[in-house]
Amino acid sequence: MNWLYEFPFEIPMDLKAIDASVRAFSVEYDGFFSVIRGGLVNLVSFFNNVLDMIPWAVFILLVFLAGWRVSRKISKGLLFAVLLLFIGAVGFWSLMNETLAIILASVLISLLIGFPIGIFISTGDRANNIMRPILDTMQTMPVFVYLIPAMLFFGLGKAPAVIATTIYAIVPMIRLTNLGIRQIDGEIVEASKAFGSTKLQSLIKVQIPQALPTIMTGVNQTLMMAISMVVTTSMIGATGLGMEVLIAVNRVEIGRGLVSGTSVVIIAVVLDRLTQGLVKRSEVKTDG
Amino acid sequence: MDNNKVKIIEKREQEKKDIDNRETLLEVRNLSKLYGNEKKEAIKLKESGLTKDEVYAETKTTIALWDVCLEVKNKEIFVIIGLSGSGKSTLVRCFNMLNKPTSGSIFYDGKDISKYNNKELMDYRRNKISMVFQSFGLMSHRNVLGNVEYGLEVKGVNKQERYKKAMEMISMVGLDGVEMEPISNLSGGMKQRVGIARALANDPEVLLMDEPFSALDPLVRKDMQFELLNIQRQLDKTIIFITHDINEAFKLGDRVAIMKDGEVIQVDTPERMTSNPKTEYVKRFIDSADKTQVISVKNVMITPNSIVRLRDNPKIAIKTMRESEVSSAYVISQKTKFEGVITLDDALRAQKEGLELSDILIRDILTTSPDALLTDIIADATESKFPLAVVDEENNLKGIVSKVHVLSSMQ
Repeated sequence: MNWLYEFPFEIPMDLKAIDASVRAFSVEYDGFFSVIRGGLVNLVSFFNNVLDMIPWAVFILLVFLAGWRVSRKISKGLLFAVLLLFIGAVGFWSLMNETLAIILASVLISLLIGFPIGIFISTGDRANNIMRPILDTMQTMPVFVYLIPAMLFFGLGKAPAVIATTIYAIVPMIRLTNLGIRQIDGEIVEASKAFGSTKLQSLIKVQIPQALPTIMTGVNQTLMMAISMVVTTSMIGATGLGMEVLIAVNRVEIGRGLVSGTSVVIIAVVLDRLTQGLVKRSEVKTDG
Repeated sequence: MDNNKVKIIEKREQEKKDIDNRETLLEVRNLSKLYGNEKKEAIKLKESGLTKDEVYAETKTTIALWDVCLEVKNKEIFVIIGLSGSGKSTLVRCFNMLNKPTSGSIFYDGKDISKYNNKELMDYRRNKISMVFQSFGLMSHRNVLGNVEYGLEVKGVNKQERYKKAMEMISMVGLDGVEMEPISNLSGGMKQRVGIARALANDPEVLLMDEPFSALDPLVRKDMQFELLNIQRQLDKTIIFITHDINEAFKLGDRVAIMKDGEVIQVDTPERMTSNPKTEYVKRFIDSADKTQVISVKNVMITPNSIVRLRDNPKIAIKTMRESEVSSAYVISQKTKFEGVITLDDALRAQKEGLELSDILIRDILTTSPDALLTDIIADATESKFPLAVVDEENNLKGIVSKVHVLSSMQ
């Protein structure tokens, strides 16, 4: 009866060979990966430089105004400003900029790639059926598993961090763009066709504007996913607030961990509320 | 009835007479549309005599349209009626190729539109045919003007011209002043007016209307039906109108096609369909209709028993009324012109006092046209003290129609 409880056979897997081939692949195409790495590093430092250039007071003022505008409440704007003031006060301002730069770069790439893919898979069921398991895999695969190849191909630092973050954060953008376009009332799409719109006209003039609230939710979700990767990617050398948290955990410095962790939460809350406001505004525009 | 309404009804009656002589604008020939994976097998089974449901049970393939043949004449209102699932919405979407037929052809102006390439189809949709939808199909991210302009915009019409044309259409459907409103601010009836304005802005030859008034409440619906006839009178378009309401079909349609299980059973004018239903199904369908919407006054009016001339003296009038055993008489002059009504009591009084008939004539008698539909005169007929006088445009007395006639024809 032993075979009932012990698996009777085992397929021999040469895991070493997989390691070796991945490594060989990274060496073989090193030139290609260096170019991408260079591009990503430049993109991140561009964002970082821009953020560093903005005086802290101006930045807080902008967030205050933006919060006020999207929520239509002055108290919300004030709350966001005070929260950011806290990050500055605990001395994490430039770390925050570093983290924000990685987040922004990842989100930008996610939108640029995810939006067209989402639209593409909304047009056909076959593309959608092929894409769905891939998206599921991207979302459920433990993040650490693709941190390793990202590190192998792109070395340590911000470039692999952006890649890993993008793989994780792009999924809601694709999904919600697809969903948004599929959800549009069939008669509206029929109407656009019936009036002789080309596919592109129908997409730009009708489908995308109609799907905008859902697409904006996708942007918001992508942003949130990117923020949730901050600490994880610090393990492959992405500096910033995440690194602070990681160091605090490694050294069991509870105070440091609490303050840096709170800072990450503050960034998440402020960015979430601001983009949620955008979602609401796009809803107002389409529904009423 | 107000004058305008009478005119419209008269014109429509005129049109109905020559409907058979119109030239054909759209011709559907052996059109079939199937949904499913086993189309060939389904066609074979259907040809062997199975019903739509049996074919579906066998092959999981739906026969939405089967061997539909019909002609739509130029400038007519062609109504397609059937219960849900009868294929009427599928059929109407074939006219602009939103649905591609499985087999068969549709000819527009002699050309098979199912063989159009992309560009030809686009031109056809942009210039020849447009559509009004059941749940309006309006784009909520655009305001009223933006929606009405849509068809012109995709066609590449410049901004000023677009604006001018759109405003003209908005005013035509009676929406002046709301052009900048967002769609969500409008009532159902107004939304569908926007839908109609949008469809007309392209100046199409053919207007497809897929149950356009089904989502509206009955009163608004009646208004919109009248409005549609009004628009048809002004613009003279060919309209293909889908409905599941036989009253609406008979009210609007020059000709009506009845569909069942994807097949067209009968195509005819409402009158001929009523008098000569092709199958039991058609008959049952028609029986559910309110006949007053189909039957016109001339079908139920009678010749009055007692007619007197205005220059006759009261004595003759009394004699005429006594002979036909009635207590009132219709008075005419110059052989046929209708003047009014006199009562027996008044005539007796006139004889006693030596008055003329013109002194006792009751002139404010309600009149109606022979071509008016019964539904439109019910109120007048039931309220009037005397039967309504039926007169033509020259005020010639054609007959009378009483409350009893109207009400008995309603069963």
